[in-house]
Amino acid sequence: MPRRTMIEAIRDAMDVSMARDERVIVFGEDVGFFGGVFRCTQGLQAKYGKSRCFDAPISEAGIVGSAIGMAAYGLKPCVEVQFADYVYPAYDQIVSEAARLRYRSNGDFTCPIVVRMPTGGGIFGGQTHSQSPEALFTHVSGLKVVVPSNPHDAKGLLIAAIEDPDPVIFLEPKRLYNGPFDGHHERPVTPWSKHELGEVADGHYTVPLGMAVIRRPGVAVTVLAYGTMVYVAEAAAEETGIDAEIIDLRTLLPLDLETIVGSVKKTGRCVIVHEATLTSGFGAELSALVQENCFYHLEAPVARVAGWDTPYPHAQEWDYFPGPARLGRALLETMEA
Amino acid sequence: MADAGMLRFHVPEPEVRPGGTPDFSNVTIPKAGSVPRPETDVDPRTIRDMAFSIIRVLNRAGEAVGPWAGLLSDDELLDGLRHMMTLRSFDARMQMAQRQGKTSFYMQHLGEEAVSCAFRRALAPGDMNFPTYRQAGLLIADGYPMVTMMNQIYSNEADPLKGRQLPIMYSSKEHGFFSISGNLATQYIQAVGWAMASAISNDSKIAAAWIGDGSTAESDFHSALVFASTYKAPVVLNVVNNQWAISTFQGIARGGSGTFAARGLGFGIPSLRVDGNDYLAVHAVAKWAAERARSNLGPTLVEYVTYRVGAHSSSDDPSAYRPKAESDAWPLGDPIVRLKNHLIQRGVWSDERHTQAEAEILETVIAAQREAERHGTLHAGGKPSTRDMFEGVYAEMPPHLRRQRQQAGV
Repeated sequence: MPRRTMIEAIRDAMDVSMARDERVIVFGEDVGFFGGVFRCTQGLQAKYGKSRCFDAPISEAGIVGSAIGMAAYGLKPCVEVQFADYVYPAYDQIVSEAARLRYRSNGDFTCPIVVRMPTGGGIFGGQTHSQSPEALFTHVSGLKVVVPSNPHDAKGLLIAAIEDPDPVIFLEPKRLYNGPFDGHHERPVTPWSKHELGEVADGHYTVPLGMAVIRRPGVAVTVLAYGTMVYVAEAAAEETGIDAEIIDLRTLLPLDLETIVGSVKKTGRCVIVHEATLTSGFGAELSALVQENCFYHLEAPVARVAGWDTPYPHAQEWDYFPGPARLGRALLETMEA
Repeated sequence: MADAGMLRFHVPEPEVRPGGTPDFSNVTIPKAGSVPRPETDVDPRTIRDMAFSIIRVLNRAGEAVGPWAGLLSDDELLDGLRHMMTLRSFDARMQMAQRQGKTSFYMQHLGEEAVSCAFRRALAPGDMNFPTYRQAGLLIADGYPMVTMMNQIYSNEADPLKGRQLPIMYSSKEHGFFSISGNLATQYIQAVGWAMASAISNDSKIAAAWIGDGSTAESDFHSALVFASTYKAPVVLNVVNNQWAISTFQGIARGGSGTFAARGLGFGIPSLRVDGNDYLAVHAVAKWAAERARSNLGPTLVEYVTYRVGAHSSSDDPSAYRPKAESDAWPLGDPIVRLKNHLIQRGVWSDERHTQAEAEILETVIAAQREAERHGTLHAGGKPSTRDMFEGVYAEMPPHLRRQRQQAGV
């Protein structure tokens, strides 16, 4: 099976979708001729023409707002916001319009759009190239929120998102674009070509939205992770020797509660990890759900390891990024509690 | 350069406040028929002055004059008059229904009836409007059932939107009327996207975007003009300048720009101003702009100069911020009276027939209201089910919503 990077897998997902359905349109800043600042749309304009893949003015509200109009017409736009840090000008369009169009019109109009955006830190991106704003979207009724962690899932989830009848926020951890990353910045990074999840089938396949996957089976403690934190969790489990069950959530909304509850009832312990800031982050929702659904099985308080409640700094990158050492300490504390 | 002293902060103010004498002497009104009608494929750079004038057809004597006249037959004009009278009558009844507690909220069109009623007749089937909350004439003039509008206003058991939306936030794909949102200006860029989609699909349909004077200050107005200009989208960009954004006079949103139409010039978009109370002028300009869009000539911006005669909404009292008689002093008059006088002048209408028509229309509206009220009003009779509240958030209900619906006991 061919090996692909996450970038190539995402590009392949759009290629496959555009070939299958002429209603699929791809646009955003630098997305057309140049092929995207991360190369995710390279070659699509040459292959499908300027009507299907084109450059947009630097206006996130314009990109998402026009995509909503296109979806109301009957197209299926898959648009890009260059960095998740720059989605805020489009927030009104996403929250007030895309998320509510089906509901407020009683299905008279619908909004099958995908908004792709590179997310997350660990790349010395500083304040405006590192944010993880997923909680701002999981709080919005009517949206679906997806965060892939590997090339195989990225392709399957993106095709599923494009085919989904509802608006999907598709957050791509840019730290994982070229290879998995466990937080050990002092070591050289291995490329996806050396990782089994870099195996990406040709052609059409989907990974269904709303389904988590167990990345590492274990019995001692459940770790709820997504995106880059999946690899941080794997490293922390290995380094502490704790037999953690690591769940890659993949879709945050709607959430695969069944897999989470099944695991925590088995292990009796739960640690949640995300890059986003702690307070009112998605981990708070996960923690509350675990507490509500697994209270009588819990043998320790649910722990959260997250970015600090500060803007994402530059020089202090590795003091901020929740790496395997910090997660490892939380795992040990949870086991001892 | 000499020292200019301390900086001074500038805040625009309307000419007159409550207690003052209404004064529109600063509003320049060109004579009817005086603005030329260019070809639709005109070079936009040669008609920049049109953004500062006002296209008018009906003169003081009620005659249709000049190059924008002569497009509509007697029957079409009589239809137009009936649409405007119906909208006004509908407004009056629904405003009263709100006062009677049959609904929570209403917004009237008083004085602006010509804009949406005449515009609708310039579109073709399949074209899509992206309206604000003050273009219900688009529905009336397209024959959308008044009973359905009232069902929506009453949030009753027959409400097509299942009680989920605030009154007057209609939606009808079938009638080319995009779902209204409470968030201002959002639909302006969506209209451009819809038009881009039509062009991408090599279709022949066009879009119409709608915005008020106040909302042009929103950033989505700017996005829409950029995208429309960049992609030459087949869209008519309508700005309804009714002088007021709730209590805020249009000078606050307009600032140093001479007119709202002039905003389009910087984007290379042909921009016209039209007498919004002149049914014939509105229709002629709409037709011109629609033809441009349909001929791949790109977007047109149209500013409708009109006046918001009524309160902003059923929750507003304009006497707190503008003179009570200001609407009487408005130099462009009343759109219904002006079309009525024109039809009398044409010899196809009379004061007697007008009075009779008013009574007939009121009867039709009351009959529709009776029928709607059989399905319930906001606080009495049939209403949408609690189950409906959980439907339609997604195409398929996800597990967490199913659990919540169970918790709600439905």
